[in-house]
Amino acid sequence: MTDNAAPLDSTMIAASGDAPEFPIVVEGLVNRFGEHTIHEGLDLTVRKGEILGVVGGSGTGKSVLMRSIIGLQVPDAGSITVLGRSITDARDDEDIDIRSRWGVLFQGGALFSTLTVGENVEVPLKEFYPEIAPALLHEIATYKVMLTGLPEEAAAKYPSELSGGMKKRAGLARALALDPELLFLDEPTAGLDPISAAAFDALTLELQETLGLTVFLITHDLDTLYEICDRVAVLADGKVIAIGTIPELLATDHPWIQEYFNGPRGRAARDSREMAGARAAVRSGQTGESA
Amino acid sequence: MRQLAEYTTRDDAGGTTVALAGPLTVSRVGALDQQLRTLGDVARVDLSGVTAIDTVGAWIAWRLSRGGEAEITGESDEARRLIEAVSGTSTVAEVAPPRPELLERVPEAVGTLITSMGQGSVGITGFLGQIILALGQTIREPRRLRVRSLVRQAELVGVSALGIIGLMSFLVGIVIAQQGAVQLQQFGAEVYTVNLTGRLAMRELGVLMTAIMVAGRSGSAFAAQIGTMKLTEEVDAMRTIGVSPVEALVLPRIFAAVLMMPLLGFYAAVLAIIGGAFISDFVLGIPFMTFLMRIQEVVPIRDLWVGMVKAPFFGLIVALCGCYQGMNVRANAEEVGLKTTMAVVQAIFMVIVLDAFFAVFFTKVGWG
Repeated sequence: MTDNAAPLDSTMIAASGDAPEFPIVVEGLVNRFGEHTIHEGLDLTVRKGEILGVVGGSGTGKSVLMRSIIGLQVPDAGSITVLGRSITDARDDEDIDIRSRWGVLFQGGALFSTLTVGENVEVPLKEFYPEIAPALLHEIATYKVMLTGLPEEAAAKYPSELSGGMKKRAGLARALALDPELLFLDEPTAGLDPISAAAFDALTLELQETLGLTVFLITHDLDTLYEICDRVAVLADGKVIAIGTIPELLATDHPWIQEYFNGPRGRAARDSREMAGARAAVRSGQTGESA
Repeated sequence: MRQLAEYTTRDDAGGTTVALAGPLTVSRVGALDQQLRTLGDVARVDLSGVTAIDTVGAWIAWRLSRGGEAEITGESDEARRLIEAVSGTSTVAEVAPPRPELLERVPEAVGTLITSMGQGSVGITGFLGQIILALGQTIREPRRLRVRSLVRQAELVGVSALGIIGLMSFLVGIVIAQQGAVQLQQFGAEVYTVNLTGRLAMRELGVLMTAIMVAGRSGSAFAAQIGTMKLTEEVDAMRTIGVSPVEALVLPRIFAAVLMMPLLGFYAAVLAIIGGAFISDFVLGIPFMTFLMRIQEVVPIRDLWVGMVKAPFFGLIVALCGCYQGMNVRANAEEVGLKTTMAVVQAIFMVIVLDAFFAVFFTKVGWG
């Protein structure tokens, strides 16, 4: 189940260049805030092209893990390798290159409030590729905005004029501005109504398939886990206590995992998934017998 | 040198074929994009030489084909998928909100300024009204005064400012005494340095410099705190619980500022005199204690009253500006900064205007 024991040699990954098989490798991560230990020897490996869901109770350090991986939080110990480059050893000026290869959607969207949505999308492009002409910048901003399912007019709007769901989509458009290989999503569906949340899940899946992304997704939303995640990593006690597909996780006997997936909400999410499967089966003219 | 995306053109019977080659990705297409814009209409877009592609490359190919009008050939599966993904975009949206012509913009800006000034005076009047109402309520029911909050604010405005205001006043005292002595020495009147330092510190500088420092320290803090509380809907939450924000937030701050200003002003004046005495010891050879004794003789007690009468008014202005601007925050984080700046600028400006008014007033009533 915990296949963190994958045969990994970090030097080999570094040498393999552009497309490492494991875009994110975290080994022995330790994070402390004063006396309070968040991570105690955390190991995590993300496979190329998967959507990895990260779950855990409040305060188990999901966001801190993400911040460590993207270099916003300097860990107390351990090594983090992203796309074959070490984050923990890199100096600020060295990891510039790697920053153009990932996109991050923060919880509240974190759009620059003084810029329009379109200008927000242009910021990373201007930063990394100043040679791109303004005309192409506007075109790129437009199609990125449309890709994330926003209407064209949204490009000229300020973040304060958008609803919560639209802000998330706009934040996603900015995260995708540089055509990243890696996408980090921090609770993308939190605070959205069920319809918007489902639509956002579908969008994430569609973009992941079209653009060939690897997605690191922090969530509390069980529907998201069932609908789009290839694997789920469970954080507890400062470690990844289990990682695998949901059926694999259900087979473990860790009390927290059992409570999480077999609690009332977990069952509801699973049932709705089975119902949807059954409906699809009925529609396609087969017998409506589902597992 | 990294490899850039390139293109070649080929004319044949069906029209022009543009063959794109190399990595068609966001980092490599800056120059190619410029060159392609100069081309006329093409009949075919050949992508067989493309080694890598992302959505930006796909968009360029799609644009070159004028939205699928020209045939796209030789594309990989990945390229086809990406072109499909960006093909939903036909027009280019305006990224910035439309910007009107200069001739429209200027009158509009002037008009907005005038109406906002009108709204501003209505707003200030309304705010003063609320404060007077809350004050009336508090006088009728003294229980309603938030003593705990008042003490806390008094600590923040007064006690925690002692260090910086003391140091500032001490240095100002040094500067006045030293500069005054240089000028007065020319007349052989350096002994009047004591009069200059003492009277200036008591009447003007002690209180004025303190007001400016309090505006910068506490006026800004009032605006930022209340503004942030507005943004996080704390102020709305108070209203729904039945707590008046003016009573809970504004009154304690105003009381604290009005109470602490005279104390701080007096403290500042004393420190300025000590600073003057300190430097006189070195520069003029007037011993420290002699300087302080002379102060008692040359500074009339009236000067102290002039300073102390002004102080509560300055405190009131600083607190009013801070709280008013804070309560005016509506939309976003940027506005908190804007209103905070405005609170400080307004407070300092009005303090100086009022100080000028007081100077004339005290001269007229014979306290000059």
